[in-house]
Amino acid sequence: MKLKLATLALGATMAAAPAMADLVFPSLSYRTGPFAAGGIPFADGYADYFTLLNERDGGIGGELTQVPECETAYNTEKGVECYEATKDSGALIYQPLSTGITYQLIPKVTADGIPLHTMGYGRTSAKNGKVFSHVFNYPANYWDGASAGVNHFLEKSGGSLEGKKITLLHFNGAYGREPIPTLEALSEKHGFDFNAIPIDYPGQEQKSQWLQIRRERPDFVLFWGWGVMNQVAIQEAANIRFDMENFMGIWWSGSENDVKPAGDGANGYKALQFHNVGNDYPVFDDIQKYVVDSGKAAGAGDQIGTVLYNRGVYAAFLAAEAAKQAQKANGTSAINAAMMRDAMESLEINAEIMTAAGLPNFGPEFNVTCTNHGGEGMAAVAQWDAGAASWSLISDFAPADASVVGPLIDADSAAYAAENNIEMGCN
Amino acid sequence: MFYREAGDFKTSYAEDNQTFPIKFDRYRYYAVMFAAFAVVPFLINDYWVNAIFLPFLIYSIAAIGLNILVGYCGQVSLGTGGFMAVGAYACYKLMTSFPEVSIFFHVILAGGVTALVCILFGLPSLRIKGFYLAVATLAAQFFLVWLFNRVPWFYNYSASGQINSPERTVFGIAVTGPHTSAWATYLFCLVFLTACALIGRNLTRGMVGRKWMAIRDMDIAAEIIGVNPLKAKISAFGVSGFFVGISGALLFAVYLGAAEAGDSFGINKSFLVLFMIIIGGLGSIFGSFAGAAFLVLLPVLLKNVLVGVLGWPTDMAAHLEFIIVGGLIITFLILEPHGLAQLWRVAKEKLRLWPFPH
Repeated sequence: MKLKLATLALGATMAAAPAMADLVFPSLSYRTGPFAAGGIPFADGYADYFTLLNERDGGIGGELTQVPECETAYNTEKGVECYEATKDSGALIYQPLSTGITYQLIPKVTADGIPLHTMGYGRTSAKNGKVFSHVFNYPANYWDGASAGVNHFLEKSGGSLEGKKITLLHFNGAYGREPIPTLEALSEKHGFDFNAIPIDYPGQEQKSQWLQIRRERPDFVLFWGWGVMNQVAIQEAANIRFDMENFMGIWWSGSENDVKPAGDGANGYKALQFHNVGNDYPVFDDIQKYVVDSGKAAGAGDQIGTVLYNRGVYAAFLAAEAAKQAQKANGTSAINAAMMRDAMESLEINAEIMTAAGLPNFGPEFNVTCTNHGGEGMAAVAQWDAGAASWSLISDFAPADASVVGPLIDADSAAYAAENNIEMGCN
Repeated sequence: MFYREAGDFKTSYAEDNQTFPIKFDRYRYYAVMFAAFAVVPFLINDYWVNAIFLPFLIYSIAAIGLNILVGYCGQVSLGTGGFMAVGAYACYKLMTSFPEVSIFFHVILAGGVTALVCILFGLPSLRIKGFYLAVATLAAQFFLVWLFNRVPWFYNYSASGQINSPERTVFGIAVTGPHTSAWATYLFCLVFLTACALIGRNLTRGMVGRKWMAIRDMDIAAEIIGVNPLKAKISAFGVSGFFVGISGALLFAVYLGAAEAGDSFGINKSFLVLFMIIIGGLGSIFGSFAGAAFLVLLPVLLKNVLVGVLGWPTDMAAHLEFIIVGGLIITFLILEPHGLAQLWRVAKEKLRLWPFPH
């Protein structure tokens, strides 16, 4: 017991929060565990962009930025611990990059008044800002992704999916199950057969799932995977010679890590994206010059231009833009989480802003409003070229089918509001 | 010196049989209880509660529950995670079905439901033992998680299969949901832990516990001296399930606030709680506390030292944490296979004799 008390006392001195001077953007990253392959490039991009702002511009509006990192290993309990450990440091925004952690944090951030940005993941119905006042999921969410995927298949089969079979191969958890209601609604609307095949965590073994796909011969396969299960799925698809043209992953299943292990077999594999790919943007030259070459890179500095690094940069860019707009709206450079939230709710991302940040045409233009925290839900399709070892967008950013996604979001958020006695905002 | 028995006279059997027969031990226990109930609630903040105290309290309950089954009754179980999931989902269904009832009763009822499920999966223990039983309970783990993923009724047909704990109160004070105060959630879990530890301790030193231990040590001999193996084993499964269910309900409703069967109650959880009792000490209530503290607090402490103080990269700290915790577990088990509780027991023996060892 004495030992335990001594341990606790030591812990107390260790848990002291960092100084509260700069703009703090905590990064709940995961560089270990089965999902590290996705977590590392994202965390690097997120940290490097803020380092770039510090080095090149002297921070945001004259205030230096800080990105304290906390390792979650994609584990929800560690995520909660990380949130509690960092929230008193003046945290402006959280981006946990995990649907599981997002679900834990939604009630907590709402009570603490800190905005939560879950870009392309998390709880889809958080798009309804009337219920989820502190949660944002612009520019796109899973249901937009599901709808965009079906739209692409619709285009490929000449405008009708009548009698076709679409299979969803998904991670058997909150993240993978999110698109199922949308796909069910879409299957009613377009008349295709829909079935879902789950893959259990962590997904290194998928023989039975692919056996089922081989037997049922679906016309199209949508894939909701993350981490190590992505490369296994793509390898398995290549093994059974499934036509890669008809195999499409969500944006979390479309990075270099996922396709490279399958070699030429992965040629033609498609993935949805809500931002652009490649390293042909001025910002990356600046990152190379100011961050990597001066030895301040968060990681090894070898991830620049990869899909997930770009996503980390994009996440940091959206956070930094919201901070800038918050500074402008409040006339002060030392903003707090409440100002940040208000700015996110009126965030406007247009071509000029993206160009000014060195990211011309990097993502879709969108506006956030009080009732719509999710933007317009624009997504594009990217395809992997194994020969050139690069992703390229093969379509423009197109909106999801709002007539299907909208009512589902309203229903799900209304159920959440009823369960938790939340009064609708935005009157 | 430290454990002076001189002058500590017992004049009745009741005094001789008390849990802490040595006066110094007893006062230390009162002091800890006083600190836990009357001092800590005034000092803690959100970080302390959510990162340190709640996981420690909740895993201690789970460890006590599993210790009764494995440590006292000798029935190896790898289904703890699944049984915690039963507690969590039972609590969720009760919370959402009967919102007007105090969460206090829901947690107890969730423990009851888990006890029944645990008894059901414990029935094969009458025929099979040891590793075979471990495999049977492992099946329970996978089956229960599969069930909670598969049947939408359990998660109220939500889109993602996650369960969220809405705000529920005890005496008008919120203990679940986002608007809780640190002291309220802490005290709520502490009350359950204290009750579980008292019940566990007193069961194990009474007739029920002696029957369990007889079954553990040699079931045939126990049967010959009149222990009914059916009753002994089933009661161990029931009591263990009750505690484990309570811990699962608290883990979901009070600590996490949202959960998902595969993620929060996977096989890892079963191993974690099993390691807690192995490191803490099989067949010891104090060992359950010590093991939970070791596996919950040490990683947090290491993280705070390596990242917070030394400023190392988070991934290196995380990997080093695995190495250190793993290494310490091996070291402990080589030096003292009976766990931290035995170390503590030996230390007490030595201190009682000090400075005149014989």
